[in-house]
This record gives sequence, C-alpha cells and structure tokens, in this order.
Amino acid sequence: MKMVIAIIQAHRLDDVKKELYKEEVNLITVNEVLGHGRQMGVSEVYRGVKENGNLLRKIRLEIAVNDAFLERTIKAVTRGARTGEVGDGKIFVLELQDCIRIRTGETGGAAIG
Amino acid sequence: MFRKYFVMLSLASILTLLALPAIISADDTAVTNPPAQVVAVAAAVPAPAPAAKIDSGDTSWVLTSTALVMLMTLPGLAFFYGGLVRKKNVLSILMQCGVMLCVISLQWVLFGYSLAFGPAKGFWGGLQWIGLSGVGFAPYPDYSPTIPHQLFMIFQAMFAVITPALIVGAFAERMKFSAFLLFSILWSTFVYCPVAHWVWGVGGFLRDMGALDFAGGTVVHINAGIAALVTALVLGKRKGYENQPIPPHNIPFTVIGAGLLWFGWFGFNSGSALSASGLAVSAFVVTNTAAAAAGLAWALLEWVHNGKPTTLGVATGAVAGLVAITPASGFVGVIPAIVIGIMVSVICFIMVAFVKPKIGYDDSLDAFGVHGIGGIWGALATGLFASKAINPAGSDGLFFGNPAQFLVQLKAVAVTIAYSLVMTLIICKVVDLIVGLRVKEKDEIMGLDLTQHREGAYTVLE
Repeated sequence: MKMVIAIIQAHRLDDVKKELYKEEVNLITVNEVLGHGRQMGVSEVYRGVKENGNLLRKIRLEIAVNDAFLERTIKAVTRGARTGEVGDGKIFVLELQDCIRIRTGETGGAAIG
Repeated sequence: MFRKYFVMLSLASILTLLALPAIISADDTAVTNPPAQVVAVAAAVPAPAPAAKIDSGDTSWVLTSTALVMLMTLPGLAFFYGGLVRKKNVLSILMQCGVMLCVISLQWVLFGYSLAFGPAKGFWGGLQWIGLSGVGFAPYPDYSPTIPHQLFMIFQAMFAVITPALIVGAFAERMKFSAFLLFSILWSTFVYCPVAHWVWGVGGFLRDMGALDFAGGTVVHINAGIAALVTALVLGKRKGYENQPIPPHNIPFTVIGAGLLWFGWFGFNSGSALSASGLAVSAFVVTNTAAAAAGLAWALLEWVHNGKPTTLGVATGAVAGLVAITPASGFVGVIPAIVIGIMVSVICFIMVAFVKPKIGYDDSLDAFGVHGIGGIWGALATGLFASKAINPAGSDGLFFGNPAQFLVQLKAVAVTIAYSLVMTLIICKVVDLIVGLRVKEKDEIMGLDLTQHREGAYTVLE
C-alpha cells in the first residue's frame, strides 16, 4: 500500500478530482496549505513595508492506494494538475504501513478497496 | 532612492503653491450661524452671546452627529484596528474599544464634562457640574446657543470616548486589560480633560490665545497620537516584531472600520458646527474632499513605491485625510482641503514606511504615525489655510495674509505635545507600579483573547 501526497495549484483541484474519479480512485483527503518552491514565493506589503513571509496558497491531497493503483493515481493527478507553468506542484509517494476502516475493522488492502 | 520621495514632496509643495490663486480667489459663502465652539481671535471684550433659543434643526443635526461619532468608536475604530492585529488578539481590541465607550461615558457624566468644560478658569473647568448638576436642557450660550446644554455635553462625550480609544493602536497586542482600564481612566481625566479645557473651554488659555481647532485636531489626534508614541516606547516592541510588519489578519474588517469611520466623521466634523447651517455643510464638504484626496494619494504613492496600490493603503490614507481635516474642517475651503489631504498622505506615508522602520519603535497600528503626525499637519495647515470668508468667527491663515495664526497654531501644537508627552509618561509609570503594564511573555505568545478574556474569536474545530 502506498500513501500519495500531492501538492497542487489551488485552482486545479476540480480537474484533479475529475481525473481521479475517472480512474476509480474515490478515497481522498484535501486541505489548504502554504508553501513555495525554488522561486521563493511572492512577498506582501503592508503600509509600505515588505514582509518576509512569502508563502503561496496550495492544495494538498492525501490518497491511500493499493500498489496496483499507484501508477494510475499518479498519472491522473499529473493530468489534472499540470499547466506547464512554474508552481504546478509535486507528488510524494510514501510507503503505507497499514490502513484500517474504522466502521468495519477491515485492515490492509481491503480497507482501501 | 530617496530622490523619488524628495521629488514627490517637492511636487506636493508646488501643488500647494499653485493652488494659492485658486484659494485666494475662491468665493465661498459665509456662515449664517457662527458656532460658539469656534474661537474668535483673542479680543479684550468677549463677543456678546447670541440669544439662547433652541433650534430644532440644529438640535436634530447635533443629536444625529452624536450618534455618528459614537459609531466611530464602536464598531468603526474597533474593526479598523481589529482587522490589523493577529487573529489571537482581535477580541482584545474589540473589548478595549467597547469598554472604553462604557467607562468614559460614565466618567464623562460623573465628572469628566465638568473638568473639561466647566466654567472655572485655569488648568481645569472645575467641579461645578459634577454629576451634571446645573447642566440642563436650556442652551448654555457660551458653548452652543441653539441646542440644549445636555446635548452639547453628550456630543462632547463621544469625543472623550474616542480619544483614548485611539491610543489602543499603539499598545495593541501586549497590554494587560487591568492596566488598560486604569490607564484609560487616568489619561482621560488628567490629559484629555485639561487639554479639552484649554482649547475649547471658556477661559481656556489656548482658546483665548486664538488657537483654531474646529473638531479636535489638537485635543483628539495630537493628544492621543503623542500618548500613543509614549506608550509604544514604554511598553516596548511586540515579541516577534523585528522591523518586519506583522500582517493584518482581516483586511476586510479594516476596510469596514475605515468606511464606518469616514461615515461617522461627518458627525465629528460637521456636527462640530453645532448647527444645521452653511458652516455644517462646509465642514461636511471639506471632510469628504480631504478624505478622498488622501485615500487616492496614498494609493498612488504605493503604486509608485511598491508597484501596486493596496486596500490597506487606501483605507489608511482616507483615515489620515480625515484626521488632518479635523481641526481645519470649519475654517478652510475645498481646494485647501484637497491639498491638506494629499500632503497628509505624503507625510504619513514617509513616516510609516520609512521613519518608523528605521527608528524601530513598535507603534503597532500606527496611532502616532497616522493620528499624531496627521493631527500635527492638520493643526498647522489650519494656520496656513484658514479663511474668514469660510467662517467669520475664525481667523485668516498664513496664505490669507495672517502669518500670526500659523504661529499661534504652532504654539498650541507644542503645548499639547509637551503636556501629553510628560503626563502620559507619568501615568504609564504609575499604572506600571500598581498593576504592571505589559502581559507576561507567554501570555503574549498565546494571545490576549485567551489569556486576558478567556475567549476565542473564531472556532477552528467545532
């Protein structure tokens, strides 16, 4: 089992979700995050003084997948999120030790379905 | 880099000089009811008080203005400042403004009004009107010949409320609530009341000297602005403030506050005419004009300096314009109002964007940078642009052939600065001895809302 963490542009969320549903990946957690890459973000100005914080809004997705679905998930996220511009984001793949469905107690691959 | 600003400052000064012909040739209508609050140039024989008869138009307008000025403190100033602090401290700001309204409202009717406007001469107005004894519904002609005395009193109450509330902007996010309460009561009694007496009270020495302050440039803005500087320096910088701005948590709140302040300011300035008259209209018009000029000027300054105009900039600029026009509102015409508005944005922008970071003091919400500096410019500008054609009960300023007025304004400004500075320092020390001014460091980090009020403003997890 793997945990796929994807950081994407905020406005690409709808497209990414659509692509994931096409691949029958229906388990997903989403939250808003702040971050930047090598371009170091954009600094804001308040009453004439620049602030040092320079983080941009991004969306983070966490998707637990069985190994068989890993390739399709990565491709789906990439299809939905890619614009070709700087700031498209990253996908991280982590080894997932276990997964438990709380309602029924199923573990392992069955819990991901 | 500084060449850019030197150029801007020069351009603004040239604008002022170019506007002179327009100012001098402007034909503004004179007032029909000169308000008694406005001072005539010092005369050996005081002008005879007009017949004291209640005018319903005047009374309605001043009643409305009183409510408008109340709005300026809560929610106007409360949200203007509230949006500028961090999420964890927003309630402390709202609380301070709200409680100020309660506390000073009571202080005023119990003894504040008597100290500020009572008939005694000298340092204070005396205790004759304690508990509003003797303050009835017939007009008190020395202040306002056409409205009930109690109306004048309650109108002034709202000014007394908002002045200490302005200082909140300097010590935001790090003052103990108990210290704030004690400080506010002492400051209002020992700084606001005397200065109000000197500038507006019958027998007040600055009034008798001929100082012009239509609605509170000296009494409100310079007074509070200097106190703000003192408290900011005494309390020290906020934790984490190292010459970098702490971003506002809710700029929409600040814009709401700025809009409410602009709206309420019509009562602040135009209501100070104490009549529904040509003078009230004149004050209304220049108030709006100065605010508009200043808001736009700040936006343009930012556009040049930072590449983009900001919402916070327009809001700040508009408020600065309102501050600056306050002492001048019943004495100047519309072209000077534009000049006053543009210049205050230039001066305050330089103050807030360059001088403050360079010196490094933490006037959290620019109470000194906008209200103090803006008030000083406004009071001096009154000495430049005042015209008897606008208000015969006032004076002419430097640009109208009377350089003496500018000196009088300068003196009044200097006295107010000196007194406010020394007294505020003393009060700070006294309060520090009794309850301690600043919160503990870990309380400051956790936020005043939770530590001073056991309240959270926004639920994160429900």
